[in-house]
Amino acid sequence: MIHFLQTLISGLSLGSIYALIALGYTMVYGIAKMLNFAHGDIIMVGAYAAIVAVFQMKLPGLVAVLAAVLVCTVLGVTVEFLAYKPLRQSPPLTVLITAIGVSYFLQNIALLIFGSEQMASPVIMKLPALVIGGVQIDGITWGTLAVTCIIMLGLTLFINKTKMGKAMRAVSEDKGAAELMGISVNKTITITFAIGSALAAIASIFYGSAYVYIRPTTGAMPGIKAFTAAVFGGIGSIPGAMLGGILLGVIEQFAKAYISTLWSDAIVFGVLVVVLIVKPTGLLGKKISEKV
Amino acid sequence: MEKKNTFKTALKRLTTKKNPLTVAMVAVLYAVIAYLVYSGSASRQLSNMLISVSCYIVLAVSLNLVVGLLGELSLGHASFMSVGLFTGCQLALTLHNAIPGMPFWVRLPLAMLFGGIMAAAVGFVVGLPALRLKGDYLAIVTLACGEIIKSIITNLKIFGGALGLSTGPIYSNTKTLLPYAIVLVFLTMLLMMNLKKSRYGRAIMAVRDNRIAAESCGVNVTYFKLVVFMIAAFFAGAAGALYGHNFANIKATTFDYNMSIEILVIVVLGGMGSVRGSIIAAIVLRALPEMLREFSDYRMLVYSIVLIAIMLLNASPRFNELRGRLTVKNIIAVLKKKKTPVEETVEVTAGGEK
Repeated sequence: MIHFLQTLISGLSLGSIYALIALGYTMVYGIAKMLNFAHGDIIMVGAYAAIVAVFQMKLPGLVAVLAAVLVCTVLGVTVEFLAYKPLRQSPPLTVLITAIGVSYFLQNIALLIFGSEQMASPVIMKLPALVIGGVQIDGITWGTLAVTCIIMLGLTLFINKTKMGKAMRAVSEDKGAAELMGISVNKTITITFAIGSALAAIASIFYGSAYVYIRPTTGAMPGIKAFTAAVFGGIGSIPGAMLGGILLGVIEQFAKAYISTLWSDAIVFGVLVVVLIVKPTGLLGKKISEKV
Repeated sequence: MEKKNTFKTALKRLTTKKNPLTVAMVAVLYAVIAYLVYSGSASRQLSNMLISVSCYIVLAVSLNLVVGLLGELSLGHASFMSVGLFTGCQLALTLHNAIPGMPFWVRLPLAMLFGGIMAAAVGFVVGLPALRLKGDYLAIVTLACGEIIKSIITNLKIFGGALGLSTGPIYSNTKTLLPYAIVLVFLTMLLMMNLKKSRYGRAIMAVRDNRIAAESCGVNVTYFKLVVFMIAAFFAGAAGALYGHNFANIKATTFDYNMSIEILVIVVLGGMGSVRGSIIAAIVLRALPEMLREFSDYRMLVYSIVLIAIMLLNASPRFNELRGRLTVKNIIAVLKKKKTPVEETVEVTAGGEK
């Protein structure tokens, strides 16, 4: 029982990291209708930014987090401005290939600057372990859970209660109509990229704390998993990304703990395939009716 | 009688304008390469690349069938290749051990055929969700299937497990493999060209352009989607079996989504649905990193910048306008009129250098 609970909690923690990254994918998809394949590499940049801030610039932990968030946000907005903005009218595949190009670019820049050797990332949150009813929860695990819960709550409020959030929902519903109502689509997309990248930066801090070692290709696997999570929950849907991310993390940890570490990836993707076959637009995705 | 007619129309299709040019282009290219390889004057670097580039051509052309003709995004093409590679090479190894005297020219085609059929069977299974899903959802399912296939192959003992399959006994060098590679490339190319112009191809493109309209005209969407997935997988699998013969050890982890994406990049850069484009892009994109080897650290960086630049330039209307003016006719006209203002000549040639 204790083993079960511990697996559940570590799954929730991993899942909340996935959820943070998946939010970036799903928001960008919902608003700009593009798959931002470079999103995973933003995580890697965030992790390196934290390493530089803590070990080389000797900044205190919280400032380092802010620095990583700032670097990622600026990077996300710059990439959007330079690479994606000129392609607004292009077919989705063109944008997808450009995003892949950006992903390669970021990986190779990191390779040039930091080398291919793995680097240890700093432990920023030093929290005491909690023991509840015989279940020991690491500081990093419950810290991750707590912070992501707050962030998700804040994001939900932002999307639903503020004017900017309303604009974002409007743009994702109908770009043309939103523009006619006086919403600046370009500004909205920029802000979406900024939020998505900032979330990725926070995810990178947690990811670095949980997995310690960072290398230029680190972003790829959590990126793909988070993308899967976003589709799992229904891409374009914000609660869907949260649910999808957390479920994916829990499934992965249970597969690792109870079945086999070797097969865990196959099981995660297998569940995804089954879910999508049963419910083709993901768990919380809108059903698109076909117009004839 | 009917058979003769279809043969005639097939011939006619082959002799339509664009296709002979492509066929001739590839034929000349391979003739030159074959001459270089067999006369021994090909550099080591060139002959090492040949089989891999040929396999990439087959992969790109077959993926183009799914992406360009059917209009579905597939991110798992490399996994079909790995299915064909591991089953085909395992068969070749078994045959090699069971019947030592079996000639190479029987064993390799058998392995390629078997690999292709196994890949097509997997393609059928992967194609099934395609009947219910579309767009990005299908893309992620093909990616997921690719990762599942990778995990399965890595964990199966028959394929060597995590250490990979040692194909040492059946390893062959470029000189032996080149004729088979050429045949495979031509087969894929001709099939794609014929398919595009045939009844089947038109039905497939109708599904792409408007599924509902195609369905109401009596096109069996289910059937065509599955057939396309299976044909594409078959050729990827056959190419895989060939590819495996050129290595002494193969690991399933090589064939992950990164490789699938690499093939997709070739297809998109070459132009959706264009056989010739896929071939040229496969050659250029596979040769580019090799040629940039002297810049070793910077080559992938340059590759990524080139990739982004091409996509951005293609989308910019000003560049397209410039490219539209850059026809042979215009250049000749400019060269003839030497009195024309210098500025214009400069502009045109500057565009050409891009």
